[in-house]
Amino acid sequence: MAYVAIADRPDELHHPHSFITKYVWSQDHKVIAIQYSIIAILVGLIALGLSFVMRLQLAFPDTFSFIDPSIYYQSVTMHGMIMVIYLLTALFLGGFGNYLIPLQLGARDMVFPYMNMLSVWVYLLSVIVLLASFFVPGGPTGAGWTLYPPQAILPGTPGTDWGILMMLLSLAIFIVAFTMGGLNYVTTVLQARTRGMTLMRMPLSVWGIFTATILGLLAFPALFVSAVMMSFDKLLGTSFFIPAVLSMGDVLETEGGSPVLFQHLFWFFGHPEVYIVALPAFGIVSDLLSVHARKNIFGYRMMVWAIVAIGGLSFIVWAHHMYVSGMNPYFGFFFATTTLIIAVPTAIKVYNWVLTLWKGDIHLTVPMLFAIGFIFTFINGGLTGLFLGNVVVDLPLSDTYFVVAHFHLVMGVSPVLVVCGAIYHWYPNITGRMLNDGMGKVHFWMTFIGTYCIYFPMYYLGILGLPRRYYSNGVTDFIPDSVSAVNIAITVSALIVGLAQLLFVLNLITSLRFGKKAEQNPWRATTLEWRTPEYPPGHGNWGPELPGVYRWAYDYSVPGAEKDFICQDEPPTEGQGA
Amino acid sequence: MSQDAVLTGSGDVAIQEGLGGVVGDWSADKQTFIVPWGKAMMWIFLLSDTFIFSCFLIGYMKVRISATDPWPIPSEVFALSFGGDPIPLILIAIMTFILITSSGTMAMAVNFGYRQDRKTTAVLMLITALLGASFVGMQAFEWTKLIVDEGVRPWSNPMGAAQFGSTFFMITGFHGLHVSCGVIYLLVVAKRVWTGFYDRKGTYETVEVAGLYWHFVDLVWVFIFAFFYLW
Repeated sequence: MAYVAIADRPDELHHPHSFITKYVWSQDHKVIAIQYSIIAILVGLIALGLSFVMRLQLAFPDTFSFIDPSIYYQSVTMHGMIMVIYLLTALFLGGFGNYLIPLQLGARDMVFPYMNMLSVWVYLLSVIVLLASFFVPGGPTGAGWTLYPPQAILPGTPGTDWGILMMLLSLAIFIVAFTMGGLNYVTTVLQARTRGMTLMRMPLSVWGIFTATILGLLAFPALFVSAVMMSFDKLLGTSFFIPAVLSMGDVLETEGGSPVLFQHLFWFFGHPEVYIVALPAFGIVSDLLSVHARKNIFGYRMMVWAIVAIGGLSFIVWAHHMYVSGMNPYFGFFFATTTLIIAVPTAIKVYNWVLTLWKGDIHLTVPMLFAIGFIFTFINGGLTGLFLGNVVVDLPLSDTYFVVAHFHLVMGVSPVLVVCGAIYHWYPNITGRMLNDGMGKVHFWMTFIGTYCIYFPMYYLGILGLPRRYYSNGVTDFIPDSVSAVNIAITVSALIVGLAQLLFVLNLITSLRFGKKAEQNPWRATTLEWRTPEYPPGHGNWGPELPGVYRWAYDYSVPGAEKDFICQDEPPTEGQGA
Repeated sequence: MSQDAVLTGSGDVAIQEGLGGVVGDWSADKQTFIVPWGKAMMWIFLLSDTFIFSCFLIGYMKVRISATDPWPIPSEVFALSFGGDPIPLILIAIMTFILITSSGTMAMAVNFGYRQDRKTTAVLMLITALLGASFVGMQAFEWTKLIVDEGVRPWSNPMGAAQFGSTFFMITGFHGLHVSCGVIYLLVVAKRVWTGFYDRKGTYETVEVAGLYWHFVDLVWVFIFAFFYLW
């Protein structure tokens, strides 16, 4: 087997010459990562604001005159869409993917830096189109983030004139941006690893991001196709998704379309999307736990295979979102089975995280607090998934607050906890300064306890049968008075959690200037991103020569070693295996 | 133990037979696929694009099954008369023949590229692009005939189910867009071949990458042909 030299082409790096090429039109993966992250976090803060509109209305109906039903539904829709796609997908893959993949694999940059640069600017364009829909006549779409037709494009739903088209256009642009970035991430992982960095020596962060990107490249096409079809239904009057229907008292000319087709296409994208958000979180949290517990990750190989297995299975579970859609009931049996099977690799991962902590030298640093918080939140959100995955249990719980609580804990709060932990962990690598520890701890406890106060009561509301997405509950027999008290408590908690996020943003900004100077490798981690000759890493990442890798990423507390961690690029010494 | 042996991870490890060898090969520290980066990326892109076309075609099948009006018979709709009786699918047959021929000339261009034959490569790519452009031209003719003469619209048509026009214009339009982009792509690469850009670079791999895209577009057409015109 001939050894193929890994291409190392410093001559093809585009060296920046001015402020503009260095920080604006930059082709450096680290700058692009920061650009992605800043845009994503800003747009995420808007989505956080929209959730307060919802919560205020639910807790204090008839109090805020500016929240009419249209505003409420538009807030619901835009909150969901922004959080899932424009914040979490972009931040995990565009932000952390761009930053970590070349640094952790020992590459100088992504394989096609110019396309990488285009990716972030096209992403910004999609965000601008999305936000512009707030200012068009009729406002943004209020169809719910799932955009189910026929209601998404027929009169009666807010934003059916312009809003829905802007949304579909923005999604299509986002998919183009994601594809350009995603091709880069996958190709870089496959082709541009440094000497010694075998796939089975990659840090789990990269494994998670890598698998999630593949999922994205295969799942976003379905969203793209459904967006094209729906915009034709809206613009040209075709009937892909619109059956013969009576709308506002008029019989429409459409007939023969299939709304369920949209749901299938949407969820063929939508379910892998859950794992596009979750898998990078799984990977990153594994690394955080291992570093801050000073112990190797438990069952590295199993962790890798679990990530891959979850990724594969995520493509055959989509219709568990559609048990009440009127599809063939036999489908429910199949999709319930696959859904429950996916719990097996997921449970393997949870056990391995816990076993990594077992007898570890746990340092309760801020990243570690977030990582442990993630385990708790993920178990809570994940176990209720078993209820919803079974058809008979799902039917009464469908479209209630039980569902809201489940997916917010499992794919909202859990990944966000990892995002926060990861930012506390890698901020020194990016800026050369530490984030403020005290503010970080306040941020963690307010977020962790606060989100439980928000979502745990929602399980109770859901079991009562309280339907989600309702503007106002009105007077109904099965809804006791206590519900409004619970709603007020939830809203107050939500506002407090929101404040905590502002504290986090404040910390991010002030630490840039006033943060304690970070020594290189402050967490004593083994991975390559802490081993760059310049610190923080400079353009091209490595000096004249790429690092060589001799071991996996988890050599913590190796018996007989002089330090409690051995970096990946340290050659083996006598008496100790690689 | 020499440093290189440790680094490559293969020096002191016997190469396994069978499946284990495949896994070992893939997960080694070398490039997973022994191809240039651009080619690997094109393969991954085409995989993603395959999912787009699959979703279009599966969506079309579902729409065709659930349509309430009868589906028009493609061999009658897509018939062309040259003075005598209408010949079913004749235009589509010619278009298909042209596109498949263009794949042949593309394959030859790649071959001559590897021989560093600058002129022949450029000419063959130009022929490929011209064949592609004539395909798009015939498609425009087909569309015009359907729209102007037969009154087919995306939202309705006189022959039956409205979804016939919707899916037809959407899928062939999206494919035609791919062909048009491919023609531009081929022309750009052909110009670079002609000006000797790849001679200076020392490799004609970009010609092959463009070829991959072109063959893909061609292959997609075979599926559209089978599922739309022959079904």
